[in-house]
Amino acid sequence: MNSRRVILCAGTGCVANGAWKVFAEFQTRLAESGTSATLTADHTACDGHVHVSKSGCQGFCQMGPLVTVEPDGILYTKVQPADVAEIVQRTILNGEVVERLLYVDPATRRRCRGTAAIPFYQRQTRFVLKSCGVIDPEDINEYLENGGYAAASKAYREMTGEDVCKVILDSGLRGRGGGGFPTGRKWDLARQLPAQKKYVICNGDEGDPGAFMDRSVMEGNPHSVVEGLMIAARAIGADKGYIYVRAEYPLAVQRMRKAVEDAERMGILGENVFASGHRMQCEVMEGAGAFVCGEETAMIASIEGFRGMPSPKPPFPAQKGLKRRPTVINNVETLAQVPRILNEGPEVYRQLGTAQSPGTKTFALTGHVANTGLIEVPFGTTLREIVMNIGGGVTDSKGKISKTALKAVQIGGPSGGCLTSEHLDLPLDFDSLRTVGAMVGSGGLVVLNQNTCMVGVARFFMDFTQKESCGKCVLCREGTRQLLALLDEIIEGRGTAGTLDLLEKLGAAVQKGSLCGLGKTAPNPVLSTLKYFRKEYEEHVFDKVCRTGHCKALIKSSINAAKCKGCGLCVKACPSGAISGEKKKPHKIDQQLCIKCGACAKACNLGAVEGIHA
Amino acid sequence: MEGNQAAVSPVKRFERICAILDSYSRHPSRLIPILQAVQEEYHYLPEEVLTFVATSLGVPPARVFGVATFYAHFALEPKGKYVIRLCDGTACHVKLSIPILNALRAKLGLDEKHKTTPDLMFTLETVACVGACGLAPVMVINDDVYGLMTPERAVRLVEEIQARESIA
Repeated sequence: MNSRRVILCAGTGCVANGAWKVFAEFQTRLAESGTSATLTADHTACDGHVHVSKSGCQGFCQMGPLVTVEPDGILYTKVQPADVAEIVQRTILNGEVVERLLYVDPATRRRCRGTAAIPFYQRQTRFVLKSCGVIDPEDINEYLENGGYAAASKAYREMTGEDVCKVILDSGLRGRGGGGFPTGRKWDLARQLPAQKKYVICNGDEGDPGAFMDRSVMEGNPHSVVEGLMIAARAIGADKGYIYVRAEYPLAVQRMRKAVEDAERMGILGENVFASGHRMQCEVMEGAGAFVCGEETAMIASIEGFRGMPSPKPPFPAQKGLKRRPTVINNVETLAQVPRILNEGPEVYRQLGTAQSPGTKTFALTGHVANTGLIEVPFGTTLREIVMNIGGGVTDSKGKISKTALKAVQIGGPSGGCLTSEHLDLPLDFDSLRTVGAMVGSGGLVVLNQNTCMVGVARFFMDFTQKESCGKCVLCREGTRQLLALLDEIIEGRGTAGTLDLLEKLGAAVQKGSLCGLGKTAPNPVLSTLKYFRKEYEEHVFDKVCRTGHCKALIKSSINAAKCKGCGLCVKACPSGAISGEKKKPHKIDQQLCIKCGACAKACNLGAVEGIHA
Repeated sequence: MEGNQAAVSPVKRFERICAILDSYSRHPSRLIPILQAVQEEYHYLPEEVLTFVATSLGVPPARVFGVATFYAHFALEPKGKYVIRLCDGTACHVKLSIPILNALRAKLGLDEKHKTTPDLMFTLETVACVGACGLAPVMVINDDVYGLMTPERAVRLVEEIQARESIA
């Protein structure tokens, strides 16, 4: 009797790597093999069949497409259509392992059979992401079979709004969108207001570059978000919810829409939720590409059909929000935690994380790190654990793992700051990060190696916030533009001691003079890099040197005479005729003519061109 | 793509917009989904259409133009048949997305101001993050995501499309 289950990761990363082709190949090969494979997610027909289904993001994006075979607990990585025949023949029909497709731990060179043996997974605590990567996100039945909507049913049938608020307050759940405000308090505030109509909104406008946690949850387990939103509505007495999803996430939009439709079809959402007499409707709204709409009041304006510009708080949305009614806005990840907290109780939840920041946090671990992907760890986990152990170490410019390659970890995106190797043992939580000038933000963790110019990083974020500033507050609108201009001065070699002072002063002013989080936090990347990498700024300003060679204007390219054999390849490659020299003798670059394009470095086979990147 | 917009008569054009407006009960609060639906239909927001939408919703044209120019997703100029969106999010940026942008610009003869080729074949844009950071640097052509890009691979992808188009 063959009752295996094949789960294909269908997250964005794996799809980009060709997961659909692999899925189609499984269908063909299984049909050929004569196995009666069920390709729908119908569990009841699973016995005696091979069951192939797709899942949301399993987190290990770089290794995709990922294929899991259960109950064997085998994880195959980088599976290509050509590998499928062998998997069907050997694993599915004969229960053998295809060794060559297993993940190889780069540290130990050992082949790992499944997630249990892979450090990347082993060291995580998957609370929110538990079902992502296991259940089929487009099948409501799978969610229901795994205990889905039990918490919502309990909330609507057995609990009052006050009870729900109390459980969430007791759990200590804090908003995962960045601010870390206690969710229970927000709910209780809205609950106590005597309004006819109240609203709940799920904030899925994950705009931070380098963050994709919410995307993965919406794509991998959309029903957990719908259920969380329903419970929030029950807690405050709302009967209408909006799920605002970023337009750059088409798959998340599609899956959230399907989740809402399926829940409506099954009578979970609708006029009489769980026969409790309560009404609950849900609508998915697609954003239109404005980062500032992640801010609560701007999001409300956007839902009302206006430009997404923030308004002053107070009144807080919980008091006067959408259509001037009490409105609770929660982030995707916050809401996705709610069903389990209700099911398992606040005490169980509090066992994870720290006293002040209970629970787990998902992080998007990216940049110069061996294992990039989506991870989840309890609050209080150290940066070392995340980067070195789960991430497998920092990679240098050649992509090799190196013990000395770590320069900084950028956390919290354009609102956050940089941490350095001195912070490796800092337990990460909402409060500890604030003390070192960074913030959890939405949870993007970008590892930067020694070859990254920190002034360039600061400029990158400033360019982003400057473009995304909505223009309402003068200090944000003009200040971010000026900060960017100052950074450009430094990068282009025009900086003076005054530039650095002005950066700091203006940064502080922008923080004070802006209405919303965007402006208040926009200077953070500059101020934090100035704090921890001042020397690098000073090298740019006083010595006119960028040690990484990324700032074009500061490049002083040269040819190492000891290495140059005078082959003339660089002369041919140079578009501006800046290189000259006798054949078979070391050549020279004329700095006046050099346009710093790097063509010479690319053409040279001997690595003789220095100070410039190919 | 509805490449042949000239063939659609103005009356017909507004007929389709009326259907979109009706499906949102002509309510001003639904302005963003309405504009999204209109853009879905025409691939950009023609000026006369914006004015028409404003009149139909009973709001000043300034409000509709304000919204249409505020959000990055709305395009007031026609886009190419192939919209190339190069991700310049943090992860892609530190994994060197800008050289890819430069290579593509050189290949297509585009620059910061000119984002669409004159033959309306390609539009090249950068986006802040498509959330596929594990595969950085990432490029999206229409709906297809391509990960672990290099300038050479990006140019090759464009050449493949050009070759396909010249046959078609």
